[in-house]
Amino acid sequence: MELTLKNVSYSYNPDAPEPVYAVRDVSLTIRSGDFAALIGHTGSGKSTLIQFMNGLLKPTEGQVLFNGEDIFEKKYPLKTLRQKVGLVFQYPEHQLFEETVLKDICFGPKNMGLSKEEQEERARHAMKLVGLAESYEDKSPFELSGGEKRRVAIAGVLAMKPECLILDEPTAGLDPAGRDDILGTVRALSDEEGIAVVLVSHSMEDVAVYAERLFVMKKGELLYDDTPKAVFRHYKELEQIGLSAPQVTYIAHALREKGFDVSEDAMTVAELKQEILRVLGK
Amino acid sequence: MNIIEILHLIHEFKEYDENETEIDTVRALDDVTLSIEEGSFVTILGHNGSGKSTLAKHVNALLLPTGGTVLLCGEDTLKTKELWQLRKNAGMVFQNPDNQIIAGIVEEDVAFGPENLGVPTAELEKRVENALERVGMAAFRMNSPNRLSGGQKQRIAIAGMLAMKPKCILMDEPTAMLDPVGRREVIETVHELNRQEGITIVLITHYMEEAVDADRVIVMDGGKLVMDGTPREVFSRVEELRECRMTVPQVTELSWELKKEGVDLPDGILTIGELVEELEKVRRSSVWN
Amino acid sequence: MIRDITIGQYYDTDSVIHRLDPRVKLAFTLIYIVSLFVGHGPWCYAFAFAFLVFVIVLSRVPVKFMVKGLRAMLVILIISALFNLFLVQGEVIFSWWIFRITREGVRMAVMMVVRLVFLVIGSSIMTLTTTPNDLTDGLERSLRFLRVIKVPVHEIAMMMSIALRFIPILIEEVNKIMKAQIARGADFDTGGIIKKAKAMIPLLIPLFVSAFRRASDLALAMEARCYHGGDGRTKLHPLKYGRTDIIAYIILLLYLGGMITMAVLLP
Repeated sequence: MELTLKNVSYSYNPDAPEPVYAVRDVSLTIRSGDFAALIGHTGSGKSTLIQFMNGLLKPTEGQVLFNGEDIFEKKYPLKTLRQKVGLVFQYPEHQLFEETVLKDICFGPKNMGLSKEEQEERARHAMKLVGLAESYEDKSPFELSGGEKRRVAIAGVLAMKPECLILDEPTAGLDPAGRDDILGTVRALSDEEGIAVVLVSHSMEDVAVYAERLFVMKKGELLYDDTPKAVFRHYKELEQIGLSAPQVTYIAHALREKGFDVSEDAMTVAELKQEILRVLGK
Repeated sequence: MNIIEILHLIHEFKEYDENETEIDTVRALDDVTLSIEEGSFVTILGHNGSGKSTLAKHVNALLLPTGGTVLLCGEDTLKTKELWQLRKNAGMVFQNPDNQIIAGIVEEDVAFGPENLGVPTAELEKRVENALERVGMAAFRMNSPNRLSGGQKQRIAIAGMLAMKPKCILMDEPTAMLDPVGRREVIETVHELNRQEGITIVLITHYMEEAVDADRVIVMDGGKLVMDGTPREVFSRVEELRECRMTVPQVTELSWELKKEGVDLPDGILTIGELVEELEKVRRSSVWN
Repeated sequence: MIRDITIGQYYDTDSVIHRLDPRVKLAFTLIYIVSLFVGHGPWCYAFAFAFLVFVIVLSRVPVKFMVKGLRAMLVILIISALFNLFLVQGEVIFSWWIFRITREGVRMAVMMVVRLVFLVIGSSIMTLTTTPNDLTDGLERSLRFLRVIKVPVHEIAMMMSIALRFIPILIEEVNKIMKAQIARGADFDTGGIIKKAKAMIPLLIPLFVSAFRRASDLALAMEARCYHGGDGRTKLHPLKYGRTDIIAYIILLLYLGGMITMAVLLP
């Protein structure tokens, strides 16, 4: 699987003498096995960008290629693309509508035209992937807790067996343990199922732990496309665009200023712990 | 003086099945006793469903106790006839910024509370202006709230409370739906109100960083108070917090991990500065050895 | 952007008409409509036209916005003109096959069209120069007398202004849910009526759930802000008549008086 954005731009008034761009000239590629995070201040064009990726929004300039084919070509089957590139919106629990959890998760497979048996088989598999026990099948999605509802909604996208999964702030509004649960699930999807993941997040701490690659958006443009370590070296530039680095990065820099020879690339608690122990000679 | 006094508070609600028959009684609050001093900044932590929001709603009588007593400014919420008059003492800011703004223009929304209290027009004008200034939103007075950012909307909601001149503001996860910039705006605003005007703040949150600067941190689990102390005291109990589905700020976690490895650090380090200072001490002593 | 949609068709500018008390503008609309039915004959309509031009000029709203409302009415205009043209009996001036046009028919058709056009433009002046919120306020105050017969005027006005605030939010919500369901393979565009109606279920149920959730949140927020109905409420901007409002009322009365006089005296 290879999903490429090639010089894409989006403007609300493309024909005006000075168009206003929500996204401007962004190029990037996502491949099988990637675990990438997309970060940026609110209004930096993140949500526009992810809608390009499964053809919900057509860029005013540039191309979106899936396995080398332009998805906005006339004959291209967008419906099939949307199965392969699953998009989980923010607060996805707001899209639940069926009487039972199982039926709701079947909605995607049903729209693919699969048989009832196959729909349910996929739905059950998806439930297992997000850690929902079988006893949930016949419950109404509306009587579940916030975290459980969100799992149902994510399962609803997974049941289409996507090769790439895009999640827009999947942890918004959850408590710390709920946040870890969801991110752990996403990590497992990437590790065990080989699904490429693009995670939109505001939490640099989470991004540092989970992502292997960071896309940083600034006012519609792609500012960085690099490993988290490399991006967090620019923590001062990140602050200027309303972002930051994980707290650990700041601790590392504060320690270096006082002459502790810890690596400036430590991003997670575990990494910095090792560094400090090394420096202290323990 | 204690502005909020909660004694053996119990709150139960009944669950019904599809045929409206009672199937279960859920105890959302289980014998909570708590008093909050006027002028303090208290943070309540707890996972979803731990009862913290239910507790806050009892303080300004949006919910009434099944058992026990809640006193707001010395008045018993169960014995007060005109509950709306009591509520002006404790403003409440909710989670979803869109669902608590009533009017289509900022200044009219801020005026909504005092209008209900029957404040005369000339005074209303002053209160609105003053409230908007205190949250730094005076420039947006004539705007439509729909075009503001999440953080700005929450500051409008806070201004709406200030215009009622409350002694206390309860905030029920006001930052849960905001981005980091919006979160900072809101938290800085309430800290300023607390410091400069002595308004009591009760902040319910999931973000540990927001609890670090509070005077007092309370942790709830299963409808009970399980921890109560200064941020330093509470955050030094890392394992217990994890059991309540909570975390600690990264700097605290790191210090705790280092201590476990035998580095000589005090409990409950809350800031980067503290950690660096303590590690310098450790380095000095190890050089001496 | 969808959040910028304003309900109604308010045209934002500053003019004497914009600044008038909404109650005056409500009265204007009412009196103008009455005058159109009182008056008859070319002189009366010329008078009504002159008055309309006078108000439009004062309102500083471009004429093209005034005429906009007519486009929606075009079909009704044409149908009523044709009905009058062919069906009114009288002195025949033109006839072909089964169609007969009479002098009276022409007169009635012209009168009907003129009346309707004036009526549409006249009432659009109110919506063009008054914000929906002011309009709600004006209605609440003007209809306050209905409280005597137990009409919950305040509650209705409160509901109207809350609806005005939430309509753009719900439109945005529809958009979001629609996209989320399309991402799950939903198809809102193809198929017959039944299939399309069925396709709306995944859109409407989440929308209702969300609307109810918002309503209950809002009710709680209002209660927390000491809302207890309309009794004892004060207003940040109470409606107060100023000098221009009085003058406007006088002009309105003079206009109505003039119209009645002309209708009585002229043939």
